[in-house]
Amino acid sequence: MLENKYNVFSILKTWFHRWGSPPWFYQMSGKLLPWLSVLTAILIVTGTVWGLAFAPEDARQGNSFRIIYLHVPVSFLALAGYYLMALAGCIGLIWRMKLAFWTLRAAAPIGAALTFLALVTGSIWGKPTWGTWWEWDARITSMLILFFLYLGVMALANAYQNSDSGNRAASVLAIVGMVNIPIIYKSVDWWNTLHQGASLKLTSAPTIHGTMLYPLLIMIAGFYLLYAVLLLLNLRCDILANERNSRWLQDLLREKR
Amino acid sequence: MYFESLHDLFFMNGHGAYVWSAYGIGFAVLAALVWLPLSRQAQLKASILKESTLRQLTGEQ
Repeated sequence: MLENKYNVFSILKTWFHRWGSPPWFYQMSGKLLPWLSVLTAILIVTGTVWGLAFAPEDARQGNSFRIIYLHVPVSFLALAGYYLMALAGCIGLIWRMKLAFWTLRAAAPIGAALTFLALVTGSIWGKPTWGTWWEWDARITSMLILFFLYLGVMALANAYQNSDSGNRAASVLAIVGMVNIPIIYKSVDWWNTLHQGASLKLTSAPTIHGTMLYPLLIMIAGFYLLYAVLLLLNLRCDILANERNSRWLQDLLREKR
Repeated sequence: MYFESLHDLFFMNGHGAYVWSAYGIGFAVLAALVWLPLSRQAQLKASILKESTLRQLTGEQ
C-alpha cells in the first residue's frame, strides 16, 4: 500500500520535473502544437459558421443572440486564464520554478485581451438587447476589475529592473486578485442585474435548446484549445529568449535548419 | 442554412451590424494574439542562429 502510494507520488514528481525543464517543454510543445492548432481551427470555424448561419434565432432576442457564440467562450477563458495565472504564481513562489513565472507573464496579456473581448462583445450585444452599450452592473463591473487586474499583473511584472522581484510582486497580485473570481461568478445571483443568468451549469441541465447549444459547446472547446495554443506559443518564445545561450537550444535550432 | 438568402444572413433582420462587428473585432484580436508570438519566435530563432554561427566561425565555443 505504502509502496504503491510512493510510486504514484514519484511518477507525479517526475512528470512535474520534466515539464518544468525548458528543453523537455520546448521539444514536447513543438510536437504537440501542430495537432492542437489544426484541431483548434476546425472547432472554431465549425462553431462560428454553425452559430452564425445555421443555429435558429432566439425567440426574444432575435439574431443579436448569435453574439453568444463568441461572448461566452471568451468570457469563460478570461476567467479560466486567471485561475491558471494565479496557480502559476503560486507554483512560482513556492518552488521557484522559472517556467511557472514565465507562464504567469504569458497568461497576463492573453487574459487581458480575452477580458477586453468579453467586455466589447458584451457591450455590442447589450445595445440591441438592453438598449445600452454600458451599464454599471455587478457582472460588467467585476469583469472590468478583472481586466484591470490583468493589466496590473503585466505592469508589476515589468516594473522592476530585477525580474525576480517583478515575478514575485506580480504573483502576489495575481493570487490576491482571486477574490474577484467568485464575485464574477455569483454576481448574476447576488445582485439584481441586467445580465442574464448562466445558461450552462455543471450542476443542472442547460437552459438552452440543443440546436443552439451544440455550436456553443464546440466554440467553448475550441477556445480552451486556442488558449493552450497561445500559451504554448508564448512560453516557447520565453524559452528562446531566456535560454538563448544554452547549448541544447543552439544545437536544436541548427539541427532543424 | 437558417437564413433564406445571403442578403438575410448579412442583415440579420436589423441585427447584422451588431453581430458582424462583434465577430470582426473578435477575430481581429485573436489574429493578433496568434501573430505576435509567431513573429517574435521567428525573430528570436534568427538572432540565436546568427549568434551561434558567428561564435562557431570565430572558433569560440
